[in-house]
Amino acid sequence: MIRVVGALARRALRNTIRRPQFVAPLVVFPTLFLAANVGGLTRTTSLPGFPPVSSFLDFQLAGSLTQALLLGGVASGIAIALEIEMGFFDRLVAAPIPRVAIVLGRLCAAAVIALFQVAWFVAIDLIFGGSVEGGVLGVVAIVAIAVVAGVGFGAIGITIALVARSVSTVQGVFPLVFVILFVSSAFFPQDLLETPARQIARYNPLSYIANGMRDPIVGPVSAEPVLEGLAAAAGVAIVMIAACVLALRRRLASA
Amino acid sequence: MTEQARIVLWLGHRGLNEILRVPGASIPGLLAPTIFLLGLTSMFGAAAELPGFTADDFKTFIVPVGMLQGAAFSGAATGVNLARDIERGWFDRLLLVPAPRLTLLAGIVASAALRSLLPSSVVLIAGLIIGVDWPGLGAVALAFALVMGLATSLACYSTTLALVFRTQQAAPLMQMGGFILVLFTPAFAPEDLLAGWMHAIATINPVTYVLAGVRQGFVGDVTWADTWPALLAIGGMLLVLGSLAARGMRRTGR
Repeated sequence: MIRVVGALARRALRNTIRRPQFVAPLVVFPTLFLAANVGGLTRTTSLPGFPPVSSFLDFQLAGSLTQALLLGGVASGIAIALEIEMGFFDRLVAAPIPRVAIVLGRLCAAAVIALFQVAWFVAIDLIFGGSVEGGVLGVVAIVAIAVVAGVGFGAIGITIALVARSVSTVQGVFPLVFVILFVSSAFFPQDLLETPARQIARYNPLSYIANGMRDPIVGPVSAEPVLEGLAAAAGVAIVMIAACVLALRRRLASA
Repeated sequence: MTEQARIVLWLGHRGLNEILRVPGASIPGLLAPTIFLLGLTSMFGAAAELPGFTADDFKTFIVPVGMLQGAAFSGAATGVNLARDIERGWFDRLLLVPAPRLTLLAGIVASAALRSLLPSSVVLIAGLIIGVDWPGLGAVALAFALVMGLATSLACYSTTLALVFRTQQAAPLMQMGGFILVLFTPAFAPEDLLAGWMHAIATINPVTYVLAGVRQGFVGDVTWADTWPALLAIGGMLLVLGSLAARGMRRTGR
């Protein structure tokens, strides 16, 4: 089982690296959005109610990372939908391997990609004058939340792909990623959001995931936001992996 | 009507049909600018309280950006559709049509201009619903003309990439061009409030002047001083990007 999961994860990672349309959403688009936000809204840190931060880049980084992780989930869904459309998925199903390994392999790849995304954004932060105030422990906290969230978002994409079985439908989910993100406190302090986004953000797990990753960037690591972020990420991951396995079973039953 | 005009119209019509034929690829381009408008307003609305912010509120400031994003998505979609046609062999058959390559190019990019009216109209209507003041008929007409011009320019850019890479896998590159051009402008804040490096980029970015042209009526009055640089920027982009696309068309299959 572990060997099969490892082999499928390696295959998924190879395909991701080989296809530019998969790599671009993972880091390039969120980085460009980060640059546009920082360049355009850098003065907003002086607004009354904005928490003390050394730079707007430090504040935005966790939002961009959350966005990248979500887009990674969409990319995982598109990859599975492509395999379904091209018939490779059916060949995997027919192979003498545990079926759940098909999903687990892809989720392991999502975890590795999340690790790469953290490295990318932390490097961007450091190169452009930002800092991770929480030090090594802070980076560990960011990695932990990002990897768990990346797996959860990957499970969302795969579930949609297994239900929809079409690349174009999964691509249609792309705008929804932004809807969920825009009604969270990922990019701006919750108290400064407009109504009703402010109210929705309170209940949006993305707010907690982003705040959990932001805390070690803008200051010393504090337990509460990090644990809340980890709990929100774990909640998304558990619920969506269960949904993913259920969708796989239904797909196999209807095949 | 001349034979060439008929070919341009037919290709433009075919491009518009892609909206219904491939809805999965069209929906993001149609909805994304409106989602950006509503989302950015919800998130960054407080930015309008900054001293020196030139609009009454953030949503009014951002509606023209959403309209230009609609143009960018439409321009990119033209290249993606062409790449799909190349992959499936349809484009090779199109090249057998006894018409100049420039006519075929005009037909391919013409659809982008018309297609861009859809997302930008949705953005404008959404803006009016959430309380943006009607900017006046003249301002709206000018805004749509500039949106169509930008969509055509970016369609030339994405067409060039489609002809070079001949695969839909180049779609992110096609989308990225418009994304960068539209957002690396005074999109989120007036020029004086931008970070220094962003101000420098915005100054040399032609879309900054297009955005200033589209923003007229929404923020301030329509003036010739803001209109002619926008028209000049569109003309320049059409000339440069159109030449590259025409060169690509001439070289294809030879």
